Amino acid sequence: MIWFAAALLGFAAIAWGFRFAGQVATGRAPYFRDMTFGVAYGYIFAVAALVWLVWAYLQGRSPDPAVANKFFFLRIAVEGFIVFAIGAWLFRLFGRNVGTKGTKRLFRSMPLTASFGIMMILIYVFVAVFASFLAPYGQAEIIRGVPANIMPGGDIALGGNPDFPLGTDQIGRDILSRLIYGAQNTVGIAFATTVIAFALGGSMGFLAATLGGWLDQLLSRIVDVLMAIPSLIFALLLMTIASVWAPRLGIPQTYFMILIIAVIDSTRVYRLSRAVGQSIVVMDYIEAAKLRGEGMGYLMFKEILPNATAPLLAEFGLRFCFVFLTIASLSFLGVGIQPPLADWGTMVRDLGGFVNFAQFAPMVATPPLLAAGAIALLAVAVNFVVDWMLHRSSGLKD
Amino acid sequence: MGNVLTIILQRLALGFLTLLVVSVVIFVAVNLLPGDFAQSILGQGATPESVAAIRRDLGLDQPMVTRYFSWLGGALQGDFGSSFAQASFANFTGSDSGAGSVAQQIAPRFANTMFLAAVSAAIAVPFALVLGVLAALYRNSVFDRATNIFTLSSISSPEFFLAYVLILFLAVLNPILPSVSNIFADMAFSDRLEKTLLPALTLTLVVTAHMMRMTRAAIINLLSSPYIEMARLKGMSPLRVIVRHALPNALAPIINVVAINLAYLITGVVVVEVVFVYPGIGQLFVDSVKFRDIPVVQACCLIFAAAYILLNLTADIMSILSNPRLRHPK
Repeated sequence: MIWFAAALLGFAAIAWGFRFAGQVATGRAPYFRDMTFGVAYGYIFAVAALVWLVWAYLQGRSPDPAVANKFFFLRIAVEGFIVFAIGAWLFRLFGRNVGTKGTKRLFRSMPLTASFGIMMILIYVFVAVFASFLAPYGQAEIIRGVPANIMPGGDIALGGNPDFPLGTDQIGRDILSRLIYGAQNTVGIAFATTVIAFALGGSMGFLAATLGGWLDQLLSRIVDVLMAIPSLIFALLLMTIASVWAPRLGIPQTYFMILIIAVIDSTRVYRLSRAVGQSIVVMDYIEAAKLRGEGMGYLMFKEILPNATAPLLAEFGLRFCFVFLTIASLSFLGVGIQPPLADWGTMVRDLGGFVNFAQFAPMVATPPLLAAGAIALLAVAVNFVVDWMLHRSSGLKD
Repeated sequence: MGNVLTIILQRLALGFLTLLVVSVVIFVAVNLLPGDFAQSILGQGATPESVAAIRRDLGLDQPMVTRYFSWLGGALQGDFGSSFAQASFANFTGSDSGAGSVAQQIAPRFANTMFLAAVSAAIAVPFALVLGVLAALYRNSVFDRATNIFTLSSISSPEFFLAYVLILFLAVLNPILPSVSNIFADMAFSDRLEKTLLPALTLTLVVTAHMMRMTRAAIINLLSSPYIEMARLKGMSPLRVIVRHALPNALAPIINVVAINLAYLITGVVVVEVVFVYPGIGQLFVDSVKFRDIPVVQACCLIFAAAYILLNLTADIMSILSNPRLRHPK
């Protein structure tokens, strides 16, 4: 801690010196003359951070296993960052030169973060759709003749098995297969939940906007009350009740979870679609359609919906993130997606304890971090894309 | 001034009305459970007589409306009834020490959760404000882009991912902080702080991002105003323009977002407390959800909802108070 503070103070001195040296060497060029101290400090800090990263990366490649183990995760993070950055750049280059005129133009103005997001979403969709071809074993398959908790890494000297590159879990299922199937279950269930939430919240919101009056009041007050309860807490409360009812009714608990989260999240969708719908309902073309004698369904889905797609699409991305994270949290707490379905949140809960052994053998800690990282990576990717979409549609430049 | 007072009183009344309705929702939701407390306490081999006896003791034979008001009345006085897990023991031993009461289980844990939330807020709020001002000052620079990517990533990561990454780097690979927060009642403040620091840092990462982005956006929104232009033309330094001229006017949205994030801190502790085995109210809540200890679930839910509503109400009132147009009507 003291060393860290000393280093920060040292940077301040170096930054002052750097600016002064720059002024002297260039004969007070405007760039150095007008440089604020904060900018100079930022340069020095960034250089120091980069030097440290390179040093840590080289430590991670050191031949001494004790040192290399300590920096193993930093090394992987740095390598992952570089690989993903190059991948996103290549993907954007690909998009700029292949495809129709419209997509080419889209890719031309795209920041690297957004192309990274789109690339990751495509990869997840691919893995989710083809999970049964990609996974070497079944998701609930307990492999015979193989001990439980095989060391990840496939290094026989350390107790691994090359057939199971990420090892096996506490009852002898292949972790790599479960990770791959997790894409299907976790992402698929989150997507289905979001779609239900949108169907429910969107149609209710448009209905309230077109009809107004007591229905609008009633729905809005119900939504107000539901939104006043923190969503994770409410979901946990309702899941307690569902966990009692599920076995009695013979319906899997997962279906209850989908319904509960869809209803809770549809309140947020309702708010947005009602607000968007209200600004559309007062337009002349709605009046014209009403005078033509069009029915309620036509008004809602043929007149209002097409004009509300842009904000609803951005909201869909954000909502998906929230639903996805809520489901992951519920599963992590043990009341979400139930076994034998493979799911990332449950995997983190089951394997999380292995993180504590990372200093002896870093590979042991990778499965829980990979499962949690898979959740984080998809949520980050979707958020990057939504951020870009919002930025584009708002036309913000400064 | 009378104008503001009426608005605030209206908001307060609305807030308490919401709280009342939420308590009804929680109560009704719990009553959707098949069977009742008496059957759950006695288990499967219960005779009808003993079920009836316990029902009479706990007042379960009363109509639902009566039970709701007696539950609410008790809750207002800090009496949440007795927990399932302990109720059966208390009956067998005949002790009436109150060890099985929900209130006694919750009280120390509530204090712990408040401590965790306070520590994280004490780190997160100044950190977020400074970062937000810096990002607004050096907007569209490399620094701004890097913080944007960093905050967007930390907002969208699940809490347990951040928690395990922090455990990995700060507790396992570099043993600086303990990875398990076992906290006792009679612990020195410094020990307690040390054990709370890692969960608090996790929450800080989650909350800072949102506050920082809102601070940056609120300040940048103002930068095209004429008085900012004027201050710039006077030759003020960029930092001074932002701190002296933009920040005070951006305070209303910033206070609002801070209050909303504090509300999030109190309710969002659940996952973090479970990861770090922190003896707070969130962990109690999750455990009682698993054991279906309904009185505890009900009480925790009400407390979380009350904290959430009250903080959102505070945010609402603060943003009214910080609006000079409402404070000084013409």
